[in-house]
Amino acid sequence: MTDKVWSSKQESTWKTKVGLAEMLKGGVIMDVVTPEHAKIAEDAGAAAVMALERVPADIRVAGGVARMSDPDMITGIQKVVSIPVMAKCRIGHFVEAQILEALEVDFIDESEVLTPADDRFHVNKRVFKVPFVCGCRDLGEALRRIGEGAAMIRTKGEAGTGDIIEAVRHMRTLQDDMRRIRNLPEEELMTVAKEMGAPYELILEVAQTGKLPVPNFSAGGVATPADAALMMHLGAESVFVGSGIFKSGDPAKRAQAIVQAVTYYNDPKKLAEISRNLGEAMTGIGITQLKESDKLAGRGW
Amino acid sequence: MQGAYHKHSLMAESLGAQSIEVRTSEDLAKINGLIIPGGESTVMSKLLTRNRLIEPLRRRALEGMPVFGTCAGMILLAKEVDNFNLPIPGLMDISVHRNAYGRQLESFEAAFTVKGIGEEPVTGIFIRAPKITGYGAGVEVLAEYEDVPVLVRENNFLASSFHPELTGDPRIHALFLSMIS
Repeated sequence: MTDKVWSSKQESTWKTKVGLAEMLKGGVIMDVVTPEHAKIAEDAGAAAVMALERVPADIRVAGGVARMSDPDMITGIQKVVSIPVMAKCRIGHFVEAQILEALEVDFIDESEVLTPADDRFHVNKRVFKVPFVCGCRDLGEALRRIGEGAAMIRTKGEAGTGDIIEAVRHMRTLQDDMRRIRNLPEEELMTVAKEMGAPYELILEVAQTGKLPVPNFSAGGVATPADAALMMHLGAESVFVGSGIFKSGDPAKRAQAIVQAVTYYNDPKKLAEISRNLGEAMTGIGITQLKESDKLAGRGW
Repeated sequence: MQGAYHKHSLMAESLGAQSIEVRTSEDLAKINGLIIPGGESTVMSKLLTRNRLIEPLRRRALEGMPVFGTCAGMILLAKEVDNFNLPIPGLMDISVHRNAYGRQLESFEAAFTVKGIGEEPVTGIFIRAPKITGYGAGVEVLAEYEDVPVLVRENNFLASSFHPELTGDPRIHALFLSMIS
Protein backbone atom coordinates (compact mmCIF):
# COMPACT_ATOMS: atom_id res chain seq x y z
CA MET A 1 0.00 0.00 0.00
CA THR A 2 1.23 3.45 -0.79
CA ASP A 3 -0.59 5.56 1.72
CA LYS A 4 -0.35 3.90 5.11
CA VAL A 5 -1.91 6.29 7.54
CA TRP A 6 -2.97 5.43 11.04
CA SER A 7 -3.58 7.08 14.38
CA SER A 8 -2.37 6.09 17.83
CA LYS A 9 -4.35 3.62 19.95
CA GLN A 10 -7.02 4.78 22.34
CA GLU A 11 -7.43 2.00 24.86
CA SER A 12 -10.42 1.11 27.03
CA THR A 13 -12.83 3.60 25.47
CA TRP A 14 -16.56 3.51 26.18
CA LYS A 15 -17.08 1.90 22.75
CA THR A 16 -14.66 -0.94 23.48
CA LYS A 17 -16.35 -1.53 26.85
CA VAL A 18 -19.89 -1.66 25.49
CA GLY A 19 -18.49 -3.47 22.44
CA LEU A 20 -17.38 -6.44 24.52
CA ALA A 21 -20.88 -6.64 25.99
CA GLU A 22 -22.23 -6.64 22.40
CA MET A 23 -19.98 -9.60 21.60
CA LEU A 24 -21.52 -11.61 24.44
CA LYS A 25 -25.06 -11.27 23.07
CA GLY A 26 -26.93 -14.46 22.31
CA GLY A 27 -24.59 -16.27 24.66
CA VAL A 28 -24.51 -17.77 28.13
CA ILE A 29 -22.26 -16.57 30.95
CA MET A 30 -21.65 -19.31 33.51
CA ASP A 31 -20.58 -19.15 37.17
CA VAL A 32 -17.55 -21.34 37.82
CA VAL A 33 -15.59 -21.99 41.00
CA THR A 34 -12.60 -23.99 39.71
CA PRO A 35 -10.49 -24.19 36.53
CA GLU A 36 -12.12 -27.61 35.89
CA HIS A 37 -15.56 -26.03 35.96
CA ALA A 38 -14.32 -23.27 33.67
CA LYS A 39 -13.13 -25.82 31.14
CA ILE A 40 -16.47 -27.66 31.27
CA ALA A 41 -18.25 -24.35 30.73
CA GLU A 42 -16.04 -23.37 27.79
CA ASP A 43 -16.42 -26.81 26.20
CA ALA A 44 -20.19 -26.56 26.58
CA GLY A 45 -20.16 -23.25 24.67
CA ALA A 46 -20.19 -20.57 27.38
CA ALA A 47 -19.56 -17.09 25.93
CA ALA A 48 -17.81 -16.10 29.16
CA VAL A 49 -17.28 -17.41 32.68
CA MET A 50 -17.79 -15.72 36.03
CA ALA A 51 -15.04 -16.76 38.41
CA LEU A 52 -16.18 -16.88 42.03
CA GLU A 53 -15.41 -18.75 45.21
CA ARG A 54 -18.88 -20.19 45.77
CA VAL A 55 -21.94 -20.26 43.54
CA PRO A 56 -24.84 -18.24 44.98
CA ALA A 57 -26.69 -21.35 46.23
CA ASP A 58 -23.65 -22.22 48.38
CA ILE A 59 -23.26 -18.63 49.53
CA ARG A 60 -26.80 -18.91 50.92
CA VAL A 61 -25.96 -22.12 52.75
CA ALA A 62 -22.63 -20.88 54.09
CA GLY A 63 -23.97 -17.54 55.33
CA GLY A 64 -21.47 -15.03 56.71
CA VAL A 65 -19.75 -12.43 54.57
CA ALA A 66 -19.26 -13.16 50.86
CA ARG A 67 -16.26 -11.36 49.35
CA MET A 68 -14.19 -11.10 46.17
CA SER A 69 -12.50 -14.37 45.16
CA ASP A 70 -8.89 -15.30 45.80
CA PRO A 71 -6.76 -13.84 42.96
CA ASP A 72 -5.02 -17.19 42.64
CA MET A 73 -8.26 -18.89 41.77
CA ILE A 74 -9.13 -16.20 39.19
CA THR A 75 -5.69 -16.44 37.59
CA GLY A 76 -6.03 -20.23 37.50
CA ILE A 77 -9.23 -19.89 35.52
CA GLN A 78 -7.76 -17.26 33.16
CA LYS A 79 -5.01 -19.73 32.32
CA VAL A 80 -7.29 -22.54 31.17
CA VAL A 81 -9.89 -20.74 29.04
CA SER A 82 -9.71 -18.40 26.02
CA ILE A 83 -13.17 -16.88 26.52
CA PRO A 84 -13.61 -13.72 28.63
CA VAL A 85 -13.28 -14.16 32.39
CA MET A 86 -15.45 -12.04 34.68
CA ALA A 87 -15.24 -11.69 38.45
CA LYS A 88 -17.36 -10.14 41.17
CA CYS A 89 -16.61 -7.36 43.62
CA ARG A 90 -18.80 -6.23 46.50
CA ILE A 91 -21.11 -3.28 45.96
CA GLY A 92 -19.12 -0.11 46.63
CA HIS A 93 -15.85 -1.95 47.23
CA PHE A 94 -13.66 -0.06 44.77
CA VAL A 95 -10.46 -1.60 46.10
CA GLU A 96 -11.68 -5.09 45.25
CA ALA A 97 -12.49 -3.67 41.81
CA GLN A 98 -8.97 -2.23 41.52
CA ILE A 99 -7.52 -5.63 42.41
CA LEU A 100 -9.68 -7.33 39.78
CA GLU A 101 -8.55 -4.77 37.21
CA ALA A 102 -4.93 -5.44 38.15
CA LEU A 103 -5.62 -9.13 37.50
CA GLU A 104 -6.79 -8.10 34.01
CA VAL A 105 -10.22 -9.71 34.25
CA ASP A 106 -12.34 -8.88 31.20
CA PHE A 107 -15.45 -7.69 33.07
CA ILE A 108 -16.23 -6.85 36.72
CA ASP A 109 -19.65 -7.64 38.17
CA GLU A 110 -20.40 -5.27 41.03
CA SER A 111 -22.75 -7.77 42.51
CA GLU A 112 -25.52 -8.01 45.09
CA VAL A 113 -24.63 -11.71 45.44
CA LEU A 114 -21.65 -10.66 47.56
CA THR A 115 -22.15 -8.84 50.83
CA PRO A 116 -22.29 -5.07 50.13
CA ALA A 117 -19.33 -3.04 51.37
CA ASP A 118 -21.10 0.30 51.20
CA ASP A 119 -24.72 0.90 52.18
CA ARG A 120 -25.09 4.11 50.14
CA PHE A 121 -22.68 4.30 47.22
CA HIS A 122 -21.66 2.11 44.33
CA VAL A 123 -18.23 2.04 42.69
CA ASN A 124 -17.49 4.95 40.34
CA LYS A 125 -17.09 2.70 37.33
CA ARG A 126 -16.14 5.51 34.93
CA VAL A 127 -12.61 5.74 36.30
CA PHE A 128 -11.84 2.09 35.54
CA LYS A 129 -10.43 0.76 32.29
CA VAL A 130 -12.15 -2.58 32.68
CA PRO A 131 -15.89 -2.64 31.88
CA PHE A 132 -18.51 -3.31 34.59
CA VAL A 133 -21.82 -5.12 34.68
CA CYS A 134 -24.39 -4.34 37.39
CA GLY A 135 -27.73 -5.73 38.43
CA CYS A 136 -31.07 -3.93 38.36
CA ARG A 137 -34.73 -4.51 39.21
CA ASP A 138 -36.19 -1.62 37.25
CA LEU A 139 -35.28 1.17 34.84
CA GLY A 140 -34.28 3.69 37.50
CA GLU A 141 -31.73 1.31 39.01
CA ALA A 142 -30.41 0.35 35.54
CA LEU A 143 -29.88 4.00 34.57
CA ARG A 144 -28.23 4.88 37.89
CA ARG A 145 -25.68 2.12 37.26
CA ILE A 146 -25.15 3.21 33.64
CA GLY A 147 -24.75 6.76 34.91
CA GLU A 148 -21.96 5.47 37.18
CA GLY A 149 -20.31 3.87 34.16
CA ALA A 150 -21.68 0.31 33.83
CA ALA A 151 -21.25 -0.99 30.25
CA MET A 152 -23.73 -3.83 30.67
CA ILE A 153 -26.86 -4.33 32.74
CA ARG A 154 -28.35 -7.56 33.98
CA THR A 155 -31.67 -7.90 35.68
CA LYS A 156 -31.04 -9.34 39.14
CA GLY A 157 -33.56 -12.10 39.64
CA GLU A 158 -32.96 -13.94 42.92
CA ALA A 159 -29.58 -15.65 42.68
CA GLY A 160 -29.07 -19.14 44.04
CA THR A 161 -32.74 -20.09 44.17
CA GLY A 162 -33.35 -21.79 40.82
CA ASP A 163 -36.71 -19.98 40.89
CA ILE A 164 -37.21 -17.86 37.76
CA ILE A 165 -40.04 -15.69 39.07
CA GLU A 166 -37.90 -12.78 40.26
CA ALA A 167 -35.90 -12.67 37.00
CA VAL A 168 -39.20 -12.49 35.12
CA ARG A 169 -40.53 -9.80 37.42
CA HIS A 170 -37.42 -7.63 37.06
CA MET A 171 -37.24 -8.04 33.28
CA ARG A 172 -40.94 -7.27 32.85
CA THR A 173 -40.66 -4.23 35.12
CA LEU A 174 -37.67 -2.92 33.18
CA GLN A 175 -39.34 -3.43 29.79
CA ASP A 176 -42.57 -1.96 31.08
CA ASP A 177 -40.78 1.15 32.41
CA MET A 178 -39.14 1.64 29.00
CA ARG A 179 -42.40 1.23 27.08
CA ARG A 180 -44.10 3.68 29.39
CA ILE A 181 -41.60 6.52 29.05
CA ARG A 182 -41.46 6.00 25.28
CA ASN A 183 -45.04 7.23 25.13
CA LEU A 184 -44.72 10.20 27.45
CA PRO A 185 -44.52 13.81 26.26
CA GLU A 186 -41.10 15.33 26.82
CA GLU A 187 -42.27 17.78 29.49
CA GLU A 188 -43.11 14.85 31.79
CA LEU A 189 -39.70 13.24 31.58
CA MET A 190 -37.95 15.39 34.18
CA THR A 191 -40.50 14.38 36.79
CA VAL A 192 -40.13 10.76 35.72
CA ALA A 193 -36.36 11.08 36.13
CA LYS A 194 -36.91 12.46 39.63
CA GLU A 195 -39.36 9.72 40.57
CA MET A 196 -37.19 6.93 39.21
CA GLY A 197 -34.02 8.45 40.63
CA ALA A 198 -32.39 8.22 37.20
CA PRO A 199 -30.14 10.65 35.29
CA TYR A 200 -32.31 12.92 33.12
CA GLU A 201 -30.11 12.62 30.01
CA LEU A 202 -30.40 8.83 30.09
CA ILE A 203 -34.17 9.02 30.57
CA LEU A 204 -34.31 11.24 27.46
CA GLU A 205 -32.23 8.72 25.53
CA VAL A 206 -34.43 5.78 26.51
CA ALA A 207 -37.56 7.78 25.67
CA GLN A 208 -36.17 8.34 22.18
CA THR A 209 -34.73 4.89 21.44
CA GLY A 210 -37.02 2.66 23.50
CA LYS A 211 -34.06 0.64 24.77
CA LEU A 212 -31.18 0.80 27.21
CA PRO A 213 -27.99 2.46 25.96
CA VAL A 214 -26.03 -0.73 26.85
CA PRO A 215 -26.77 -4.44 26.38
CA ASN A 216 -29.30 -5.92 28.76
CA PHE A 217 -28.81 -9.46 30.03
CA SER A 218 -30.72 -11.58 32.51
CA ALA A 219 -29.57 -13.30 35.71
CA GLY A 220 -30.75 -14.95 38.89
CA GLY A 221 -32.81 -18.13 38.94
CA VAL A 222 -32.20 -19.72 35.52
CA ALA A 223 -32.15 -23.52 36.01
CA THR A 224 -33.41 -25.03 32.74
CA PRO A 225 -33.14 -24.43 28.97
CA ALA A 226 -36.77 -23.33 29.04
CA ASP A 227 -35.97 -20.72 31.71
CA ALA A 228 -33.18 -19.32 29.51
CA ALA A 229 -35.46 -19.22 26.44
CA LEU A 230 -38.18 -17.52 28.49
CA MET A 231 -35.80 -14.72 29.47
CA MET A 232 -34.74 -14.26 25.83
CA HIS A 233 -38.41 -13.89 24.83
CA LEU A 234 -38.90 -11.27 27.54
CA GLY A 235 -36.08 -9.14 26.14
CA ALA A 236 -32.83 -10.49 27.58
CA GLU A 237 -29.98 -10.34 25.08
CA SER A 238 -27.95 -13.00 26.91
CA VAL A 239 -28.29 -15.08 30.05
CA PHE A 240 -26.16 -15.50 33.18
CA VAL A 241 -26.46 -18.91 34.81
CA GLY A 242 -25.08 -19.29 38.29
CA SER A 243 -25.97 -22.22 40.48
CA GLY A 244 -28.27 -23.71 37.82
CA ILE A 245 -25.47 -25.58 36.08
CA PHE A 246 -23.04 -26.84 38.66
CA LYS A 247 -25.79 -27.59 41.21
CA SER A 248 -27.52 -29.91 38.72
CA GLY A 249 -27.07 -33.64 38.14
CA ASP A 250 -25.13 -33.41 34.87
CA PRO A 251 -23.48 -29.98 34.54
CA ALA A 252 -21.82 -30.51 31.12
CA LYS A 253 -25.01 -31.66 29.49
CA ARG A 254 -27.17 -28.98 31.09
CA ALA A 255 -24.67 -26.25 30.22
CA GLN A 256 -24.68 -27.33 26.59
CA ALA A 257 -28.48 -27.46 26.55
CA ILE A 258 -28.81 -23.94 27.96
CA VAL A 259 -26.39 -22.62 25.30
CA GLN A 260 -28.52 -24.25 22.59
CA ALA A 261 -31.72 -22.89 24.16
CA VAL A 262 -30.47 -19.30 24.00
CA THR A 263 -29.71 -19.70 20.28
CA TYR A 264 -33.01 -21.46 19.48
CA TYR A 265 -35.24 -19.76 22.05
CA ASN A 266 -37.82 -19.11 19.34
CA ASP A 267 -38.06 -22.70 18.13
CA PRO A 268 -40.24 -24.84 20.46
CA LYS A 269 -39.55 -28.09 18.57
CA LYS A 270 -35.86 -27.60 18.95
CA LEU A 271 -36.32 -26.64 22.61
CA ALA A 272 -38.18 -29.90 23.19
CA GLU A 273 -35.19 -31.82 21.82
CA ILE A 274 -32.77 -29.71 23.81
CA SER A 275 -34.67 -30.28 27.08
CA ARG A 276 -34.67 -34.09 26.89
CA ASN A 277 -32.79 -36.23 29.41
CA LEU A 278 -30.80 -33.59 31.20
CA GLY A 279 -30.83 -35.34 34.55
CA GLU A 280 -31.77 -33.65 37.79
CA ALA A 281 -32.17 -29.85 37.77
CA MET A 282 -30.99 -27.98 40.87
CA THR A 283 -33.42 -28.50 43.72
CA GLY A 284 -33.79 -24.82 44.38
CA ILE A 285 -35.69 -22.77 46.90
CA GLY A 286 -39.13 -21.38 46.09
CA ILE A 287 -39.09 -17.62 46.47
CA THR A 288 -42.05 -17.77 48.89
CA GLN A 289 -39.98 -19.92 51.27
CA LEU A 290 -37.35 -17.23 51.46
CA LYS A 291 -37.34 -14.72 54.29
CA GLU A 292 -37.30 -11.09 53.17
CA SER A 293 -33.91 -10.63 54.87
CA ASP A 294 -32.44 -13.52 52.88
CA LYS A 295 -33.27 -11.97 49.51
CA LEU A 296 -30.24 -10.63 47.69
CA ALA A 297 -31.98 -8.51 45.06
CA GLY A 298 -32.76 -5.72 47.53
CA ARG A 299 -29.05 -4.92 47.80
CA GLY A 300 -28.09 -1.99 45.58
CA TRP A 301 -29.01 1.65 45.95
CA MET B 1 -25.90 -17.51 16.11
CA GLN B 2 -24.03 -15.67 18.84
CA GLY B 3 -22.42 -12.25 19.07
CA ALA B 4 -22.96 -8.79 17.61
CA TYR B 5 -25.52 -9.85 14.99
CA HIS B 6 -28.03 -7.17 15.95
CA LYS B 7 -25.64 -4.28 15.26
CA HIS B 8 -24.75 -5.76 11.85
CA SER B 9 -28.46 -6.04 10.95
CA LEU B 10 -29.03 -2.40 11.86
CA MET B 11 -26.09 -1.33 9.71
CA ALA B 12 -27.10 -3.46 6.70
CA GLU B 13 -30.68 -2.27 6.92
CA SER B 14 -29.63 1.38 7.16
CA LEU B 15 -28.05 0.80 3.74
CA GLY B 16 -31.30 -0.54 2.29
CA ALA B 17 -30.52 -4.27 2.54
CA GLN B 18 -32.87 -6.78 4.14
CA SER B 19 -31.43 -8.96 6.87
CA ILE B 20 -32.39 -12.13 8.73
CA GLU B 21 -30.66 -13.95 11.58
CA VAL B 22 -29.29 -17.25 10.29
CA ARG B 23 -29.61 -20.19 12.69
CA THR B 24 -30.59 -23.14 10.45
CA SER B 25 -29.74 -24.54 7.02
CA GLU B 26 -33.17 -23.37 5.85
CA ASP B 27 -32.15 -19.82 6.82
CA LEU B 28 -28.89 -20.30 4.91
CA ALA B 29 -30.82 -21.16 1.75
CA LYS B 30 -32.70 -17.85 1.87
CA ILE B 31 -29.79 -15.42 1.80
CA ASN B 32 -27.55 -13.82 -0.84
CA GLY B 33 -24.74 -12.83 1.48
CA LEU B 34 -23.68 -13.72 5.02
CA ILE B 35 -22.09 -11.72 7.81
CA ILE B 36 -20.44 -13.78 10.54
CA PRO B 37 -20.30 -11.36 13.48
CA GLY B 38 -17.89 -10.89 16.31
CA GLY B 39 -18.58 -12.90 19.43
CA GLU B 40 -16.78 -15.92 20.81
CA SER B 41 -15.27 -18.14 18.13
CA THR B 42 -15.39 -21.21 20.43
CA VAL B 43 -19.13 -20.72 20.93
CA MET B 44 -19.83 -20.21 17.24
CA SER B 45 -17.78 -23.23 16.23
CA LYS B 46 -19.68 -25.38 18.72
CA LEU B 47 -23.08 -24.11 17.64
CA LEU B 48 -22.21 -24.62 13.96
CA THR B 49 -20.95 -28.14 14.64
CA ARG B 50 -23.80 -29.24 16.92
CA ASN B 51 -26.39 -27.96 14.51
CA ARG B 52 -24.59 -29.36 11.44
CA LEU B 53 -24.18 -26.03 9.70
CA ILE B 54 -20.51 -26.08 8.72
CA GLU B 55 -20.99 -28.06 5.51
CA PRO B 56 -24.08 -26.16 4.26
CA LEU B 57 -22.25 -22.90 4.97
CA ARG B 58 -19.11 -24.06 3.16
CA ARG B 59 -21.14 -25.24 0.19
CA ARG B 60 -22.92 -21.91 -0.27
CA ALA B 61 -19.68 -19.99 0.21
CA LEU B 62 -17.83 -22.11 -2.34
CA GLU B 63 -20.68 -21.59 -4.80
CA GLY B 64 -19.81 -17.91 -4.60
CA MET B 65 -22.03 -16.43 -1.88
CA PRO B 66 -20.23 -13.41 -0.39
CA VAL B 67 -19.28 -13.83 3.28
CA PHE B 68 -17.98 -11.10 5.61
CA GLY B 69 -16.36 -12.17 8.88
CA THR B 70 -15.61 -9.64 11.61
CA CYS B 71 -13.34 -10.52 14.55
CA ALA B 72 -14.54 -13.99 15.64
CA GLY B 73 -16.19 -14.22 12.21
CA MET B 74 -12.77 -13.74 10.64
CA ILE B 75 -11.40 -16.60 12.77
CA LEU B 76 -14.13 -18.86 11.38
CA LEU B 77 -13.18 -17.88 7.81
CA ALA B 78 -9.44 -18.45 8.21
CA LYS B 79 -7.85 -21.66 6.97
CA GLU B 80 -5.24 -21.51 9.70
CA VAL B 81 -5.86 -20.54 13.32
CA ASP B 82 -3.19 -21.06 15.95
CA ASN B 83 -4.04 -22.96 19.14
CA PHE B 84 -7.52 -23.80 17.98
CA ASN B 85 -8.61 -27.26 17.00
CA LEU B 86 -12.36 -26.86 16.75
CA PRO B 87 -14.04 -27.32 13.36
CA ILE B 88 -14.62 -24.12 11.36
CA PRO B 89 -15.59 -23.40 7.75
CA GLY B 90 -12.01 -22.26 6.94
CA LEU B 91 -12.46 -20.58 3.58
CA MET B 92 -9.81 -17.86 3.30
CA ASP B 93 -6.12 -18.22 2.72
CA ILE B 94 -5.15 -16.34 5.88
CA SER B 95 -3.49 -17.27 9.18
CA VAL B 96 -4.97 -15.81 12.32
CA HIS B 97 -3.79 -15.59 15.92
CA ARG B 98 -6.70 -15.43 18.40
CA ASN B 99 -6.86 -12.68 21.05
CA ALA B 100 -3.45 -11.54 19.82
CA TYR B 101 -4.18 -7.87 20.50
CA GLY B 102 -4.57 -8.75 24.20
CA ARG B 103 -7.23 -9.03 26.87
CA GLN B 104 -10.11 -6.60 27.30
CA LEU B 105 -7.83 -4.03 29.00
CA GLU B 106 -5.86 -3.76 25.75
CA SER B 107 -8.96 -3.34 23.59
CA PHE B 108 -8.67 -0.11 21.62
CA GLU B 109 -9.90 2.25 18.92
CA ALA B 110 -7.69 3.59 16.15
CA ALA B 111 -8.14 5.27 12.80
CA PHE B 112 -6.64 4.13 9.48
CA THR B 113 -7.33 4.44 5.78
CA VAL B 114 -9.10 1.77 3.75
CA LYS B 115 -8.45 1.17 0.06
CA GLY B 116 -11.33 1.94 -2.26
CA ILE B 117 -13.71 3.73 0.12
CA GLY B 118 -12.25 7.24 0.07
CA GLU B 119 -9.46 9.07 1.87
CA GLU B 120 -11.36 9.72 5.07
CA PRO B 121 -9.97 7.22 7.63
CA VAL B 122 -12.26 4.71 9.35
CA THR B 123 -12.20 4.16 13.09
CA GLY B 124 -11.52 0.53 13.87
CA ILE B 125 -12.78 -0.82 17.19
CA PHE B 126 -10.62 -3.76 18.25
CA ILE B 127 -12.00 -5.92 21.09
CA ARG B 128 -9.86 -8.83 22.25
CA ALA B 129 -9.13 -8.89 18.57
CA PRO B 130 -7.54 -11.60 16.42
CA LYS B 131 -4.44 -10.70 14.41
CA ILE B 132 -3.74 -11.67 10.80
CA THR B 133 -0.28 -13.24 10.87
CA GLY B 134 -0.02 -14.39 7.26
CA TYR B 135 -1.89 -14.47 3.97
CA GLY B 136 -1.68 -16.10 0.54
CA ALA B 137 -1.06 -14.52 -2.85
CA GLY B 138 -4.76 -14.33 -3.71
CA VAL B 139 -5.53 -12.16 -0.70
CA GLU B 140 -5.82 -8.41 -1.14
CA VAL B 141 -4.99 -6.22 1.86
CA LEU B 142 -7.49 -3.36 2.03
CA ALA B 143 -6.30 -1.82 5.29
CA GLU B 144 -3.39 -2.07 7.69
CA TYR B 145 -2.80 -0.88 11.21
CA GLU B 146 0.78 -0.67 12.50
CA ASP B 147 1.92 -2.61 9.44
CA VAL B 148 -0.44 -5.52 10.15
CA PRO B 149 -3.38 -6.25 7.81
CA VAL B 150 -6.74 -5.61 9.48
CA LEU B 151 -9.13 -5.79 6.50
CA VAL B 152 -8.59 -8.33 3.71
CA ARG B 153 -10.49 -9.60 0.69
CA GLU B 154 -10.19 -12.84 -1.27
CA ASN B 155 -12.68 -13.55 -4.07
CA ASN B 156 -16.14 -13.48 -2.43
CA PHE B 157 -14.78 -13.23 1.11
CA LEU B 158 -14.10 -10.18 3.26
CA ALA B 159 -12.62 -10.28 6.76
CA SER B 160 -11.73 -7.72 9.43
CA SER B 161 -10.00 -7.83 12.81
CA PHE B 162 -12.09 -4.88 13.94
CA HIS B 163 -15.81 -4.12 14.35
CA PRO B 164 -17.26 -1.80 11.68
CA GLU B 165 -20.77 -2.50 13.04
CA LEU B 166 -20.00 -0.65 16.29
CA THR B 167 -19.29 2.69 14.60
CA GLY B 168 -21.66 5.05 12.84
CA ASP B 169 -19.65 4.66 9.61
CA PRO B 170 -21.41 2.41 7.07
CA ARG B 171 -18.67 2.38 4.42
CA ILE B 172 -17.27 -1.09 5.15
CA HIS B 173 -20.76 -2.57 5.07
CA ALA B 174 -21.44 -0.72 1.82
CA LEU B 175 -18.27 -2.29 0.42
CA PHE B 176 -19.53 -5.75 1.41
CA LEU B 177 -23.01 -5.10 -0.02
CA SER B 178 -21.36 -4.09 -3.30
CA MET B 179 -19.76 -7.57 -3.39
CA ILE B 180 -23.23 -9.13 -3.23
CA SER B 181 -24.82 -7.29 -6.15
